[in-house]
Amino acid sequence: MNRVMSGNEAVSQAVKLSRVQVISAYPITPQTSISEKLSEICGSGEMDAKFVKVESEHSAMATLIGASSTGVRTFTATSSQGLALMQELLFWVSGARLPVVMVNVNRAMAAPWTIWCDQTDSVSQRDTGWLQFYCWSNQEILDSVICAFRIAEELLIPCMVCHDGFFISHTHEVLDIPEQNQVDAFLPPRKAEYKLDTANPRTFSGGTMPSMFMEFRYKVQAAFERAQGVIDQTYEQFEQAFGRGYHAVEAYYTDGAEILLIASGSAASTVYHTVRQMRESGRKVGLLRMRQLRPLPVEGVLKHLTDGAALAVIDRNLSPGTGGVFTQELRAALHRNGVDYRVHEFVGGLGGRDITAADIEKICDDLENKTADPAGINWVGLNR
Amino acid sequence: MKEITFFGRGGQGAVVASEILAEAYFRQGFQVQSFPSFGVERRGAPVMAFLRIDKEFIYLRSMIYQAQAALVFAPDIVNSPTFRPSLKPDAMLLMNAPDKLENLNGFDVSYIDATSIALECGLGSTAQPLVNTAMLGAFAKVAGDLELDHLLAVVESKAPQKTEKNMAAVEKAFSSVVRFE
Repeated sequence: MNRVMSGNEAVSQAVKLSRVQVISAYPITPQTSISEKLSEICGSGEMDAKFVKVESEHSAMATLIGASSTGVRTFTATSSQGLALMQELLFWVSGARLPVVMVNVNRAMAAPWTIWCDQTDSVSQRDTGWLQFYCWSNQEILDSVICAFRIAEELLIPCMVCHDGFFISHTHEVLDIPEQNQVDAFLPPRKAEYKLDTANPRTFSGGTMPSMFMEFRYKVQAAFERAQGVIDQTYEQFEQAFGRGYHAVEAYYTDGAEILLIASGSAASTVYHTVRQMRESGRKVGLLRMRQLRPLPVEGVLKHLTDGAALAVIDRNLSPGTGGVFTQELRAALHRNGVDYRVHEFVGGLGGRDITAADIEKICDDLENKTADPAGINWVGLNR
Repeated sequence: MKEITFFGRGGQGAVVASEILAEAYFRQGFQVQSFPSFGVERRGAPVMAFLRIDKEFIYLRSMIYQAQAALVFAPDIVNSPTFRPSLKPDAMLLMNAPDKLENLNGFDVSYIDATSIALECGLGSTAQPLVNTAMLGAFAKVAGDLELDHLLAVVESKAPQKTEKNMAAVEKAFSSVVRFE
C-alpha cells in the first residue's frame, strides 16, 4: 500500500515486516527516530521482539552478538560517532559469522562537531568485514533492509544498509509498504545451523592458534567472493515477489555517454535529476549509481565503460591523505582487472553541504572543458 | 514541480505542517517530498521546512533555494536579509498577520490571522499558539490545487489530540483568508 513516510520510518517498517526478534540500539541524531519507533512498537506489542535498552552503541552491538549467537534475527541502527564506538565489535560480528543487520544513517565524523550528512562514518568501516549498501530513496531503504536479512543469513556475513542523514532520514515521500504475508513468503525465519544452545553446548570464537586463524579469515574472504552472486539472486527473487528490482550498479542514460558520473546515496538521486535534464538539452551525460561499497561491484562499472567517455566519481566522504573512498576503491579494482581508465575524483557534500544540480552541471563542464584535475581531488563547492 | 517553503519558529508546528501538506497532496494524487531545514529544533529559533510536489517521483534532493510559494508562520522573519532571496520574485506568500505588511513588493500575498484563530479554537497558549492547522486551512484556499476535504482528512488522522479543534481551525481559516488588492 502506498504511504507517505520518512526514510527512518521506512526502516522501522522494514524491521517490523522482517520479524526481527532482538533489537538493541542507542539514540543518536539523525538515527534516533528509528530506535524510538522500534522501541514504541515493541512496547505496544505491535511488534513481537525484545528491545534491549543499553547505555552505549558498544553495548548495543555486544547485546546483538549474544542474541545473534543464539540463532535469532537481530537489528540495530546508528550513525557516525555511534558507529565508531562499535568498531571493535564490528570485527567481532563478522569474524564470528553473525548475520546482524544494521542501518547506518550517514553522518559526518566530528571534530568539528556536526550532526549533518556525509559517508565518512560508514566508508571508514570498510575493513571490518560487513557488506555495505547505499540507498537513494525511502522505498529502496525498506526493500534493502528486508533483502539484507536474507543475504546476511545466507552468507553468515553482517550487513550494513546506509542512507543519508536528513537528505533521506528526515525526508517524507511516497513508498509502497508490502503486506506482511508477502514478506513472510520472501523472508522465512532464520535457521541457524550453529548456535548457543544449553542442550548442545559448544564454544564459539575462542582462543585460536596461529595454525588455524588464517583459515577462519580465508573463509570470510571466500564468503565475500561469493557474496555478489547471493546478492544478485536475492534481488532477482525480490523483484519477482514485489515487482521492484535493484542491481549492484544501476546505469542511467549511459548510451553514447561522453561523460559518466558515478555517485551513491542521495547525491546520486540529484545527479539523476540533473543528468535527465542535461540529456533533454542534448548533453551526453550518464550516471552509474553504486549501491554497494562491499563487495565493490566493479563488474557493473566495467560493463558500461566506453572508450573516450570521461569518468568521474562524486564522493561524499574523505579519507584524508588519499581522497574519496569510492574513487580509490574503483581505481584499485579497475587496475586489478587490467583496465587502464582515468577516474576523476570529485569530493563534495561533506558535513551536510548541499550537492546541487548546479554543482553537478559544473562538474560536467569541468570534465568537458578538461579543466578538471585528472589526478588530484576536485573539490565541489569549496570556499577557499 | 512546485516548491513550497515554510518559515516558522520552533514550537509553531511548521515541520509538522509540511508533513500534513505532503500527505494531503499525496491523497490528491501527487508525488511529494517534504523535509525540515536539517537542523536541531529549538523552541523559538527560526525553523524552515520544505515541500516539493510533482506529478512524477521527485529525484531532486537538494534544498529549496527559490520557492514558488511560502507559508510564513512568524511574520517578523520577513525582515531577515535571507528571506527575499529564498523566494521567486513573484512567489505566492501566505502571511500569519491580521493586517497588510510592508516590504513585500512583487509577491502575491494573502493574509490570515492564524494566531487569533488558533487561540479561539483552543490550540496552544497566548505565549505559544499552535498556528499550523490554521495556516494550512488558509493555504488550501489560496493554493487553488488542493481540496479542503483531503486536508481535513489528513489533519483528522495526524492530530490524535484536539482533533476537532484542529479541524475547526482549518475550516475557519479556509473561509477567512484575505488578499489585499
